[in-house]
Amino acid sequence: MFDYFDLSRPEVDLDGLADEDIAIDVRDLSLKFGSKLALKDIRMRIPKRQITSVIGPSGCGKSTLLGCFNRLNDLTPGCEVQGEVYINERNIYHRKEDVAALRSRVGMVFQRPNPFPMSIYENLVYGLKIQGIRDRRTLDNAAEQALRDVALWKEVRDRLFDSALTLSGGQQQRLVIARAIALQPDILLLDEPTSALDPISTLTIEELITQLKEKYTVLIVTHNMQQAARVSDFTAFLHQGSLIEYSDTNRLFTRPKQQQTEEYITGRYG
Amino acid sequence: MQTIKLNTHISGRFNQELENLRNSVLTMGGVVEQQLCDAISALRDNNRGLAEKVVLNDIMVNNMEVQIDEECTRIIAKRHPAASDLRLVLAINKATTDIERIGDEVERIAKLILKGNLPVSEDIKNGMIATGNHVMEMLRQTLNAFARMDAEAAMSIHIGDQEIDEQYKQLLTQAVEEMRQDTDALPQWLEILWAMRSLERVGDRCKNVCEYIIYLVKGKDVRHISRHAMQEKLRELR
Ligand SMILES: Nc1ncnc2c1ncn2[C@@H]1O[C@H](COP(=O)(O)OP(=O)(O)OP(=O)(O)O)[C@@H](O)[C@H]1O
Ligand SMILES: [Mg+2]
Repeated sequence: MFDYFDLSRPEVDLDGLADEDIAIDVRDLSLKFGSKLALKDIRMRIPKRQITSVIGPSGCGKSTLLGCFNRLNDLTPGCEVQGEVYINERNIYHRKEDVAALRSRVGMVFQRPNPFPMSIYENLVYGLKIQGIRDRRTLDNAAEQALRDVALWKEVRDRLFDSALTLSGGQQQRLVIARAIALQPDILLLDEPTSALDPISTLTIEELITQLKEKYTVLIVTHNMQQAARVSDFTAFLHQGSLIEYSDTNRLFTRPKQQQTEEYITGRYG
Repeated sequence: MQTIKLNTHISGRFNQELENLRNSVLTMGGVVEQQLCDAISALRDNNRGLAEKVVLNDIMVNNMEVQIDEECTRIIAKRHPAASDLRLVLAINKATTDIERIGDEVERIAKLILKGNLPVSEDIKNGMIATGNHVMEMLRQTLNAFARMDAEAAMSIHIGDQEIDEQYKQLLTQAVEEMRQDTDALPQWLEILWAMRSLERVGDRCKNVCEYIIYLVKGKDVRHISRHAMQEKLRELR
Protein backbone atom coordinates (compact mmCIF):
# COMPACT_ATOMS: atom_id res chain seq x y z
CA MET A 1 0.00 0.00 0.00
CA PHE A 2 1.14 3.58 -0.64
CA ASP A 3 1.99 5.75 2.32
CA TYR A 4 0.20 9.03 1.80
CA PHE A 5 0.95 10.40 5.21
CA ASP A 6 3.86 10.42 7.54
CA LEU A 7 1.85 9.45 10.59
CA SER A 8 3.71 6.84 12.52
CA ARG A 9 6.86 4.96 11.76
CA PRO A 10 6.11 1.62 10.09
CA GLU A 11 6.27 -1.40 12.36
CA VAL A 12 9.71 -2.94 12.52
CA ASP A 13 10.24 -6.67 12.55
CA LEU A 14 12.93 -7.32 15.15
CA ASP A 15 13.97 -10.58 13.52
CA GLY A 16 14.67 -8.68 10.32
CA LEU A 17 17.26 -6.35 11.86
CA ALA A 18 20.86 -6.68 10.72
CA ASP A 19 23.50 -7.62 13.28
CA GLU A 20 25.13 -4.20 13.08
CA ASP A 21 21.89 -2.61 14.27
CA ILE A 22 21.89 -4.63 17.46
CA ALA A 23 23.32 -3.16 20.66
CA ILE A 24 22.71 -6.08 23.01
CA ASP A 25 22.24 -9.64 21.89
CA VAL A 26 20.91 -11.82 24.69
CA ARG A 27 21.34 -15.51 23.97
CA ASP A 28 19.59 -18.11 26.07
CA LEU A 29 20.16 -16.22 29.27
CA SER A 30 19.07 -17.82 32.53
CA LEU A 31 19.76 -16.51 35.99
CA LYS A 32 19.38 -18.04 39.42
CA PHE A 33 19.45 -16.42 42.84
CA GLY A 34 20.38 -19.49 44.87
CA SER A 35 17.68 -21.96 43.92
CA LYS A 36 15.30 -19.31 42.57
CA LEU A 37 15.20 -19.13 38.80
CA ALA A 38 14.72 -15.40 38.15
CA LEU A 39 15.27 -15.37 34.36
CA LYS A 40 14.46 -18.26 32.06
CA ASP A 41 16.05 -18.73 28.69
CA ILE A 42 15.80 -15.14 27.58
CA ARG A 43 16.53 -14.59 23.90
CA MET A 44 16.35 -10.96 22.90
CA ARG A 45 18.03 -8.69 20.38
CA ILE A 46 17.98 -5.08 21.54
CA PRO A 47 18.38 -2.54 18.75
CA LYS A 48 21.01 0.19 18.77
CA ARG A 49 19.99 3.79 19.40
CA GLN A 50 16.41 2.85 20.03
CA ILE A 51 14.37 2.87 23.18
CA THR A 52 13.31 -0.51 24.44
CA SER A 53 11.02 -0.82 27.40
CA VAL A 54 10.58 -3.77 29.68
CA ILE A 55 7.20 -4.21 31.30
CA GLY A 56 5.70 -6.87 33.51
CA PRO A 57 4.28 -7.46 36.96
CA SER A 58 6.31 -6.80 40.10
CA GLY A 59 8.89 -9.50 40.72
CA CYS A 60 8.87 -10.80 37.12
CA GLY A 61 12.57 -10.09 36.69
CA LYS A 62 12.78 -6.67 35.02
CA SER A 63 15.44 -5.22 37.30
CA THR A 64 17.32 -8.51 37.21
CA LEU A 65 17.35 -8.43 33.41
CA LEU A 66 18.75 -4.89 33.36
CA GLY A 67 21.31 -5.94 35.96
CA CYS A 68 22.64 -8.54 33.52
CA PHE A 69 23.68 -5.91 31.02
CA ASN A 70 26.27 -4.32 33.31
CA ARG A 71 26.85 -7.47 35.35
CA LEU A 72 25.44 -5.84 38.42
CA ASN A 73 23.93 -9.14 39.52
CA ASP A 74 27.45 -10.52 39.93
CA LEU A 75 27.53 -8.58 43.18
CA THR A 76 24.69 -10.67 44.60
CA PRO A 77 25.97 -13.71 46.47
CA GLY A 78 24.50 -16.95 45.12
CA CYS A 79 23.72 -15.44 41.73
CA GLU A 80 24.44 -17.80 38.87
CA VAL A 81 24.21 -16.85 35.21
CA GLN A 82 23.95 -19.13 32.20
CA GLY A 83 23.98 -18.12 28.58
CA GLU A 84 25.56 -15.19 26.81
CA VAL A 85 25.08 -11.46 26.45
CA TYR A 86 26.84 -9.87 23.51
CA ILE A 87 27.60 -6.18 23.53
CA ASN A 88 29.80 -4.87 20.73
CA GLU A 89 30.40 -8.41 19.53
CA ARG A 90 31.81 -9.48 22.88
CA ASN A 91 30.20 -11.81 25.34
CA ILE A 92 30.25 -9.74 28.51
CA TYR A 93 30.04 -12.90 30.58
CA HIS A 94 33.35 -14.08 29.19
CA ARG A 95 35.74 -14.63 32.10
CA LYS A 96 38.20 -12.08 30.71
CA GLU A 97 35.63 -9.27 30.47
CA ASP A 98 36.75 -6.03 32.16
CA VAL A 99 33.71 -5.38 34.30
CA ALA A 100 34.72 -1.87 35.40
CA ALA A 101 35.12 -0.79 31.77
CA LEU A 102 31.80 -2.43 30.95
CA ARG A 103 30.04 -0.43 33.66
CA SER A 104 31.39 2.84 32.33
CA ARG A 105 29.90 2.03 28.92
CA VAL A 106 26.61 0.80 30.34
CA GLY A 107 25.18 3.41 32.67
CA MET A 108 22.40 2.65 35.10
CA VAL A 109 19.77 4.56 36.99
CA PHE A 110 18.10 2.67 39.80
CA GLN A 111 14.54 2.22 40.87
CA ARG A 112 15.13 4.28 44.03
CA PRO A 113 17.15 7.49 43.70
CA ASN A 114 20.61 6.95 45.18
CA PRO A 115 22.67 10.14 45.10
CA PHE A 116 26.07 9.83 46.70
CA PRO A 117 26.31 11.61 50.07
CA MET A 118 28.26 14.51 48.64
CA SER A 119 27.46 17.78 46.91
CA ILE A 120 25.25 17.99 43.84
CA TYR A 121 28.25 19.06 41.82
CA GLU A 122 30.47 16.25 43.09
CA ASN A 123 27.77 13.72 42.24
CA LEU A 124 27.83 14.87 38.64
CA VAL A 125 31.58 14.94 38.12
CA TYR A 126 32.44 11.94 40.29
CA GLY A 127 32.56 9.47 37.40
CA LEU A 128 34.46 11.85 35.15
CA LYS A 129 37.09 12.39 37.84
CA ILE A 130 37.49 8.64 38.20
CA GLN A 131 38.08 8.54 34.46
CA GLY A 132 40.96 10.94 35.08
CA ILE A 133 39.41 14.18 33.88
CA ARG A 134 40.69 17.06 36.04
CA ASP A 135 40.13 20.16 33.92
CA ARG A 136 37.82 22.41 35.92
CA ARG A 137 36.19 23.93 32.83
CA THR A 138 35.42 20.55 31.30
CA LEU A 139 33.93 19.30 34.55
CA ASP A 140 31.83 22.44 35.05
CA ASN A 141 30.48 22.28 31.52
CA ALA A 142 29.67 18.60 31.78
CA ALA A 143 27.83 19.19 35.06
CA GLU A 144 25.82 22.10 33.71
CA GLN A 145 24.92 20.31 30.47
CA ALA A 146 23.79 17.20 32.32
CA LEU A 147 21.66 19.29 34.67
CA ARG A 148 20.10 21.15 31.76
CA ASP A 149 19.38 17.85 29.99
CA VAL A 150 17.30 16.64 32.90
CA ALA A 151 15.66 20.03 33.46
CA LEU A 152 17.23 20.48 36.88
CA TRP A 153 19.59 23.34 36.16
CA LYS A 154 17.24 26.17 37.07
CA GLU A 155 16.31 24.54 40.35
CA VAL A 156 19.81 23.86 41.61
CA ARG A 157 22.16 26.34 39.92
CA ASP A 158 22.38 28.37 43.13
CA ARG A 159 23.03 25.44 45.41
CA LEU A 160 25.42 23.22 43.46
CA PHE A 161 27.59 22.70 46.51
CA ASP A 162 24.79 21.71 48.86
CA SER A 163 24.51 18.06 49.74
CA ALA A 164 22.59 16.08 47.11
CA LEU A 165 20.63 14.53 49.96
CA THR A 166 18.88 17.87 50.56
CA LEU A 167 17.11 17.55 47.20
CA SER A 168 13.53 16.31 46.99
CA GLY A 169 12.95 12.73 45.80
CA GLY A 170 12.08 13.84 42.28
CA GLN A 171 15.07 16.14 42.10
CA GLN A 172 17.32 13.34 43.33
CA GLN A 173 16.01 11.08 40.58
CA ARG A 174 16.77 13.67 37.94
CA LEU A 175 20.21 14.16 39.47
CA VAL A 176 21.10 10.48 39.19
CA ILE A 177 19.94 10.45 35.58
CA ALA A 178 22.15 13.49 34.99
CA ARG A 179 25.03 11.67 36.71
CA ALA A 180 24.65 8.72 34.33
CA ILE A 181 24.43 10.95 31.26
CA ALA A 182 27.50 12.99 32.27
CA LEU A 183 29.58 9.88 31.58
CA GLN A 184 28.21 9.56 28.04
CA PRO A 185 27.74 5.81 28.09
CA ASP A 186 26.79 3.75 25.01
CA ILE A 187 23.89 2.14 26.75
CA LEU A 188 21.69 3.61 29.42
CA LEU A 189 19.66 1.38 31.71
CA LEU A 190 16.80 3.12 33.48
CA ASP A 191 14.95 1.22 36.16
CA GLU A 192 11.65 3.00 36.87
CA PRO A 193 13.23 6.40 36.35
CA THR A 194 10.07 8.39 36.94
CA SER A 195 8.24 6.44 39.62
CA ALA A 196 8.97 9.18 42.15
CA LEU A 197 8.20 12.12 39.89
CA ASP A 198 5.21 14.38 39.38
CA PRO A 199 3.46 14.18 35.98
CA ILE A 200 5.16 17.22 34.50
CA SER A 201 8.68 16.17 35.56
CA THR A 202 7.77 12.74 34.21
CA LEU A 203 6.99 14.21 30.81
CA THR A 204 10.23 16.20 30.94
CA ILE A 205 12.20 13.02 31.61
CA GLU A 206 10.31 11.18 28.87
CA GLU A 207 11.16 13.96 26.45
CA LEU A 208 14.77 13.70 27.56
CA ILE A 209 14.77 9.94 27.02
CA THR A 210 13.41 10.43 23.53
CA GLN A 211 16.29 12.79 22.77
CA LEU A 212 18.84 10.48 24.34
CA LYS A 213 18.19 7.89 21.70
CA GLU A 214 20.10 9.95 19.16
CA LYS A 215 23.27 9.03 21.02
CA TYR A 216 22.46 6.12 23.28
CA THR A 217 20.72 2.82 23.34
CA VAL A 218 18.15 3.17 26.09
CA LEU A 219 16.48 0.43 28.10
CA ILE A 220 13.73 1.46 30.42
CA VAL A 221 11.85 -0.57 32.97
CA THR A 222 8.50 0.91 33.82
CA HIS A 223 5.32 -0.02 35.63
CA ASN A 224 3.52 2.66 33.72
CA MET A 225 2.31 1.05 30.52
CA GLN A 226 1.33 4.35 28.97
CA GLN A 227 4.88 5.45 29.56
CA ALA A 228 6.23 2.40 27.75
CA ALA A 229 3.77 3.06 24.94
CA ARG A 230 4.71 6.73 24.78
CA VAL A 231 8.48 6.57 24.83
CA SER A 232 9.64 3.24 23.55
CA ASP A 233 10.19 1.88 20.06
CA PHE A 234 10.15 -1.71 21.23
CA THR A 235 8.55 -3.35 24.20
CA ALA A 236 9.35 -6.56 26.00
CA PHE A 237 6.82 -8.20 28.28
CA LEU A 238 8.28 -10.37 31.03
CA HIS A 239 6.29 -12.72 33.18
CA GLN A 240 7.74 -14.89 35.92
CA GLY A 241 11.21 -14.68 34.43
CA SER A 242 10.17 -15.57 30.89
CA LEU A 243 10.07 -13.26 27.91
CA ILE A 244 6.46 -13.67 26.79
CA GLU A 245 6.41 -11.20 23.95
CA TYR A 246 8.88 -8.76 22.48
CA SER A 247 7.99 -6.62 19.52
CA ASP A 248 7.46 -3.21 18.03
CA THR A 249 5.68 -1.06 20.63
CA ASN A 250 3.03 -0.05 18.10
CA ARG A 251 2.20 -3.66 17.55
CA LEU A 252 2.37 -4.82 21.15
CA PHE A 253 -0.07 -2.20 22.37
CA THR A 254 -2.58 -2.64 19.56
CA ARG A 255 -2.33 -6.28 18.49
CA PRO A 256 -0.37 -8.35 20.96
CA LYS A 257 0.18 -11.93 19.88
CA GLN A 258 0.03 -13.59 23.26
CA GLN A 259 -3.03 -13.84 25.47
CA GLN A 260 -0.88 -13.11 28.56
CA THR A 261 0.34 -9.85 27.06
CA GLU A 262 -3.21 -8.89 26.14
CA GLU A 263 -4.38 -9.53 29.68
CA TYR A 264 -1.55 -7.56 31.23
CA ILE A 265 -1.77 -4.45 29.06
CA THR A 266 -5.54 -4.26 29.23
CA GLY A 267 -5.56 -4.64 33.01
CA ARG A 268 -7.13 -8.08 33.32
CA TYR A 269 -6.58 -10.92 35.71
CA GLY A 270 -3.61 -12.98 34.59
CA MET B 1 -5.18 -14.20 18.42
CA GLN B 2 -7.23 -14.35 21.55
CA THR B 3 -10.91 -14.41 22.28
CA ILE B 4 -12.36 -11.15 23.50
CA LYS B 5 -13.86 -11.03 26.95
CA LEU B 6 -15.20 -7.69 28.04
CA ASN B 7 -15.78 -8.32 31.68
CA THR B 8 -12.48 -9.61 32.98
CA HIS B 9 -10.70 -6.36 33.80
CA ILE B 10 -9.42 -5.83 37.29
CA SER B 11 -11.38 -2.59 37.31
CA GLY B 12 -15.05 -3.45 37.72
CA ARG B 13 -16.05 0.01 36.60
CA PHE B 14 -14.16 -0.33 33.36
CA ASN B 15 -15.91 -3.66 32.73
CA GLN B 16 -19.21 -1.90 33.28
CA GLU B 17 -18.32 1.01 31.01
CA LEU B 18 -17.38 -1.26 28.11
CA GLU B 19 -20.41 -3.47 28.65
CA ASN B 20 -22.72 -0.44 28.71
CA LEU B 21 -21.08 0.96 25.61
CA ARG B 22 -21.55 -2.26 23.71
CA ASN B 23 -25.14 -2.57 24.88
CA SER B 24 -25.89 0.96 23.79
CA VAL B 25 -24.76 0.17 20.23
CA LEU B 26 -26.95 -2.90 20.21
CA THR B 27 -29.88 -0.87 21.50
CA MET B 28 -29.31 1.72 18.80
CA GLY B 29 -29.03 -1.05 16.23
CA GLY B 30 -32.30 -2.51 17.49
CA VAL B 31 -34.06 0.83 17.08
CA VAL B 32 -32.79 1.19 13.52
CA GLU B 33 -33.83 -2.37 12.75
CA GLN B 34 -37.36 -1.54 13.94
CA GLN B 35 -37.29 1.64 11.86
CA LEU B 36 -36.43 -0.38 8.77
CA CYS B 37 -39.16 -2.89 9.57
CA ASP B 38 -41.70 -0.06 9.97
CA ALA B 39 -40.61 1.63 6.75
CA ILE B 40 -41.10 -1.60 4.81
CA SER B 41 -44.53 -2.17 6.38
CA ALA B 42 -45.48 1.40 5.60
CA LEU B 43 -44.44 0.86 1.99
CA ARG B 44 -46.40 -2.39 1.72
CA ASP B 45 -49.56 -1.05 3.32
CA ASN B 46 -49.17 2.50 2.14
CA ASN B 47 -49.39 3.48 5.80
CA ARG B 48 -48.62 7.20 6.08
CA GLY B 49 -48.96 7.27 9.86
CA LEU B 50 -46.27 4.65 10.25
CA ALA B 51 -44.01 6.44 7.76
CA GLU B 52 -44.43 9.61 9.77
CA LYS B 53 -43.40 7.80 12.93
CA VAL B 54 -40.24 6.57 11.20
CA VAL B 55 -39.30 10.13 10.21
CA LEU B 56 -39.86 11.39 13.76
CA ASN B 57 -37.90 8.55 15.34
CA ASP B 58 -34.84 9.33 13.30
CA ILE B 59 -34.12 12.21 15.67
CA MET B 60 -33.76 9.65 18.43
CA VAL B 61 -31.28 7.67 16.35
CA ASN B 62 -29.22 10.81 15.74
CA ASN B 63 -29.09 11.59 19.44
CA MET B 64 -28.04 8.05 20.22
CA GLU B 65 -25.11 8.40 17.87
CA VAL B 66 -23.96 11.58 19.59
CA GLN B 67 -24.19 9.99 23.03
CA ILE B 68 -22.24 6.91 22.03
CA ASP B 69 -19.57 9.09 20.40
CA GLU B 70 -19.22 11.08 23.58
CA GLU B 71 -18.86 7.98 25.67
CA CYS B 72 -16.16 6.62 23.33
CA THR B 73 -14.24 9.89 23.70
CA ARG B 74 -14.56 9.75 27.48
CA ILE B 75 -13.32 6.19 27.66
CA ILE B 76 -10.33 6.92 25.44
CA ALA B 77 -9.42 9.98 27.50
CA LYS B 78 -9.84 8.39 30.90
CA ARG B 79 -9.03 4.72 30.46
CA HIS B 80 -6.37 4.70 27.75
CA PRO B 81 -7.70 1.45 26.34
CA ALA B 82 -5.14 -0.84 24.71
CA ALA B 83 -5.22 -3.81 22.34
CA SER B 84 -8.67 -5.42 22.04
CA ASP B 85 -10.23 -2.80 24.33
CA LEU B 86 -8.96 -0.07 22.03
CA ARG B 87 -10.19 -1.92 18.97
CA LEU B 88 -13.57 -2.36 20.62
CA VAL B 89 -13.96 1.36 21.31
CA LEU B 90 -12.82 2.27 17.79
CA ALA B 91 -15.04 -0.37 16.18
CA ILE B 92 -18.04 0.85 18.17
CA ASN B 93 -17.27 4.44 17.28
CA LYS B 94 -17.26 3.61 13.58
CA ALA B 95 -20.15 1.15 13.65
CA THR B 96 -22.28 3.83 15.29
CA THR B 97 -21.65 6.15 12.35
CA ASP B 98 -22.77 3.49 9.88
CA ILE B 99 -25.81 2.55 11.91
CA GLU B 100 -26.85 6.20 12.06
CA ARG B 101 -26.47 6.38 8.28
CA ILE B 102 -28.67 3.32 7.92
CA GLY B 103 -31.20 5.31 9.90
CA ASP B 104 -30.92 8.12 7.35
CA GLU B 105 -31.49 5.71 4.44
CA VAL B 106 -34.57 4.36 6.17
CA GLU B 107 -35.84 7.88 6.73
CA ARG B 108 -35.51 8.56 3.01
CA ILE B 109 -37.74 5.58 2.24
CA ALA B 110 -40.31 6.79 4.77
CA LYS B 111 -40.31 10.25 3.22
CA LEU B 112 -40.99 8.72 -0.18
CA ILE B 113 -44.10 7.08 1.22
CA LEU B 114 -45.24 10.39 2.70
CA LYS B 115 -45.09 11.92 -0.78
CA GLY B 116 -47.81 9.42 -1.77
CA ASN B 117 -49.16 8.31 -5.16
CA LEU B 118 -46.19 6.32 -6.35
CA PRO B 119 -46.44 5.62 -10.08
CA VAL B 120 -45.02 2.12 -9.66
CA SER B 121 -46.34 -1.28 -10.65
CA GLU B 122 -47.07 -3.98 -8.09
CA ASP B 123 -43.96 -5.76 -9.39
CA ILE B 124 -41.65 -2.90 -8.50
CA LYS B 125 -43.27 -2.40 -5.14
CA ASN B 126 -42.96 -6.09 -4.33
CA GLY B 127 -39.37 -6.03 -5.52
CA MET B 128 -38.63 -3.16 -3.14
CA ILE B 129 -40.33 -4.95 -0.28
CA ALA B 130 -38.39 -8.13 -1.00
CA THR B 131 -35.10 -6.22 -1.12
CA GLY B 132 -36.14 -4.43 2.07
CA ASN B 133 -36.79 -7.72 3.84
CA HIS B 134 -33.48 -9.00 2.61
CA VAL B 135 -31.47 -6.05 3.96
CA MET B 136 -33.45 -6.20 7.19
CA GLU B 137 -32.31 -9.78 7.65
CA MET B 138 -28.76 -8.70 6.86
CA LEU B 139 -28.94 -5.94 9.47
CA ARG B 140 -30.31 -8.35 12.05
CA GLN B 141 -27.51 -10.83 11.41
CA THR B 142 -24.91 -8.06 11.50
CA LEU B 143 -26.09 -6.87 14.90
CA ASN B 144 -26.05 -10.46 16.15
CA ALA B 145 -22.52 -10.93 14.90
CA PHE B 146 -21.59 -7.74 16.70
CA ALA B 147 -23.21 -8.88 19.93
CA ARG B 148 -21.36 -12.20 19.75
CA MET B 149 -18.17 -10.68 18.28
CA ASP B 150 -18.32 -13.37 15.66
CA ALA B 151 -15.83 -12.67 12.88
CA GLU B 152 -16.74 -15.80 10.92
CA ALA B 153 -20.40 -14.76 10.78
CA ALA B 154 -19.35 -11.22 9.83
CA MET B 155 -17.37 -12.69 6.97
CA SER B 156 -20.28 -14.64 5.52
CA ILE B 157 -22.67 -11.70 5.92
CA HIS B 158 -20.11 -9.59 4.09
CA ILE B 159 -20.05 -12.05 1.20
CA GLY B 160 -23.86 -12.27 1.22
CA ASP B 161 -24.13 -8.61 0.25
CA GLN B 162 -23.55 -9.71 -3.37
CA GLU B 163 -27.12 -11.01 -3.49
CA ILE B 164 -28.50 -7.65 -2.46
CA ASP B 165 -26.42 -5.93 -5.14
CA GLU B 166 -27.85 -8.43 -7.65
CA GLN B 167 -31.42 -7.82 -6.48
CA TYR B 168 -30.89 -4.07 -6.71
CA LYS B 169 -29.61 -4.34 -10.27
CA GLN B 170 -32.66 -6.33 -11.38
CA LEU B 171 -34.97 -3.87 -9.69
CA LEU B 172 -33.23 -1.03 -11.46
CA THR B 173 -33.54 -2.67 -14.88
CA GLN B 174 -37.23 -3.17 -14.31
CA ALA B 175 -37.67 0.40 -13.13
CA VAL B 176 -35.96 1.74 -16.24
CA GLU B 177 -38.44 -0.28 -18.35
CA GLU B 178 -41.41 1.25 -16.57
CA MET B 179 -39.96 4.75 -16.64
CA ARG B 180 -39.74 4.60 -20.42
CA GLN B 181 -43.51 4.14 -20.57
CA ASP B 182 -44.14 6.88 -18.06
CA THR B 183 -41.91 9.87 -18.83
CA ASP B 184 -44.39 12.36 -17.35
CA ALA B 185 -43.71 10.99 -13.90
CA LEU B 186 -39.93 11.25 -14.16
CA PRO B 187 -39.57 13.48 -11.06
CA GLN B 188 -41.40 10.88 -8.94
CA TRP B 189 -39.37 8.12 -10.51
CA LEU B 190 -36.19 9.83 -9.48
CA GLU B 191 -37.37 9.76 -5.87
CA ILE B 192 -38.14 6.08 -6.22
CA LEU B 193 -34.71 5.36 -7.63
CA TRP B 194 -33.20 7.15 -4.65
CA ALA B 195 -35.20 5.01 -2.27
CA MET B 196 -34.11 1.83 -4.04
CA ARG B 197 -30.57 3.02 -3.83
CA SER B 198 -31.11 3.63 -0.11
CA LEU B 199 -32.13 0.02 0.39
CA GLU B 200 -29.02 -1.15 -1.37
CA ARG B 201 -26.91 1.24 0.72
CA VAL B 202 -28.21 -0.35 3.92
CA GLY B 203 -26.51 -3.52 2.72
CA ASP B 204 -23.26 -1.64 2.12
CA ARG B 205 -23.39 -0.12 5.59
CA CYS B 206 -23.92 -3.55 7.12
CA LYS B 207 -20.88 -4.67 5.20
CA ASN B 208 -18.87 -1.87 6.80
CA VAL B 209 -20.01 -2.93 10.25
CA CYS B 210 -18.95 -6.49 9.43
CA GLU B 211 -15.49 -5.19 8.54
CA TYR B 212 -15.26 -3.50 11.94
CA ILE B 213 -16.26 -6.74 13.63
CA ILE B 214 -13.45 -8.53 11.81
CA TYR B 215 -11.03 -5.75 12.80
CA LEU B 216 -12.18 -5.95 16.38
CA VAL B 217 -11.84 -9.70 16.68
CA LYS B 218 -8.87 -10.39 14.44
CA GLY B 219 -6.97 -7.11 14.61
CA LYS B 220 -6.76 -6.87 10.82
CA ASP B 221 -8.05 -4.20 8.54
CA VAL B 222 -9.96 -5.91 5.74
CA ARG B 223 -11.39 -2.83 4.08
CA HIS B 224 -10.93 -2.04 0.43
CA ILE B 225 -9.52 -5.36 -0.63
CA SER B 226 -10.99 -7.95 -2.94
CA ARG B 227 -13.21 -10.61 -1.50
CA HIS B 228 -10.63 -13.21 -2.38
CA ALA B 229 -7.81 -11.29 -0.65
CA MET B 230 -10.05 -10.86 2.37
CA GLN B 231 -10.70 -14.58 2.62
CA GLU B 232 -6.97 -15.23 2.31
CA LYS B 233 -6.24 -12.74 5.06
CA LEU B 234 -8.81 -14.30 7.37
CA ARG B 235 -7.47 -17.77 6.71
CA GLU B 236 -4.05 -16.58 7.89
CA LEU B 237 -5.61 -15.28 11.07
CA ARG B 238 -7.49 -18.38 12.02
N1 LIG C 1 19.27 -10.57 45.61
C1 LIG C 1 18.27 -11.42 45.44
N2 LIG C 1 18.24 -12.60 46.08
C2 LIG C 1 17.22 -13.45 45.90
N3 LIG C 1 16.18 -13.23 45.10
C3 LIG C 1 16.16 -12.08 44.42
C4 LIG C 1 17.19 -11.11 44.55
N4 LIG C 1 16.89 -10.07 43.76
C5 LIG C 1 15.72 -10.38 43.17
N5 LIG C 1 15.28 -11.58 43.55
C6 LIG C 1 14.05 -12.25 43.10
O1 LIG C 1 14.08 -12.35 41.70
C7 LIG C 1 12.80 -12.05 41.13
C8 LIG C 1 12.90 -10.89 40.18
O2 LIG C 1 13.18 -9.71 40.89
P1 LIG C 1 13.33 -8.31 40.19
O3 LIG C 1 13.84 -7.34 41.19
O4 LIG C 1 14.09 -8.46 38.93
O5 LIG C 1 11.80 -7.99 39.83
P2 LIG C 1 11.17 -6.72 39.09
O6 LIG C 1 10.49 -7.22 37.88
O7 LIG C 1 12.21 -5.68 38.91
O8 LIG C 1 10.08 -6.26 40.14
P3 LIG C 1 9.59 -4.77 40.55
O9 LIG C 1 8.70 -4.33 39.47
O10 LIG C 1 8.86 -4.99 41.83
O11 LIG C 1 10.81 -3.92 40.70
C9 LIG C 1 11.88 -11.78 42.32
O12 LIG C 1 11.18 -12.95 42.62
C10 LIG C 1 12.83 -11.42 43.43
O13 LIG C 1 12.30 -11.77 44.68
MG1 LIG D 1 12.52 -3.80 39.78
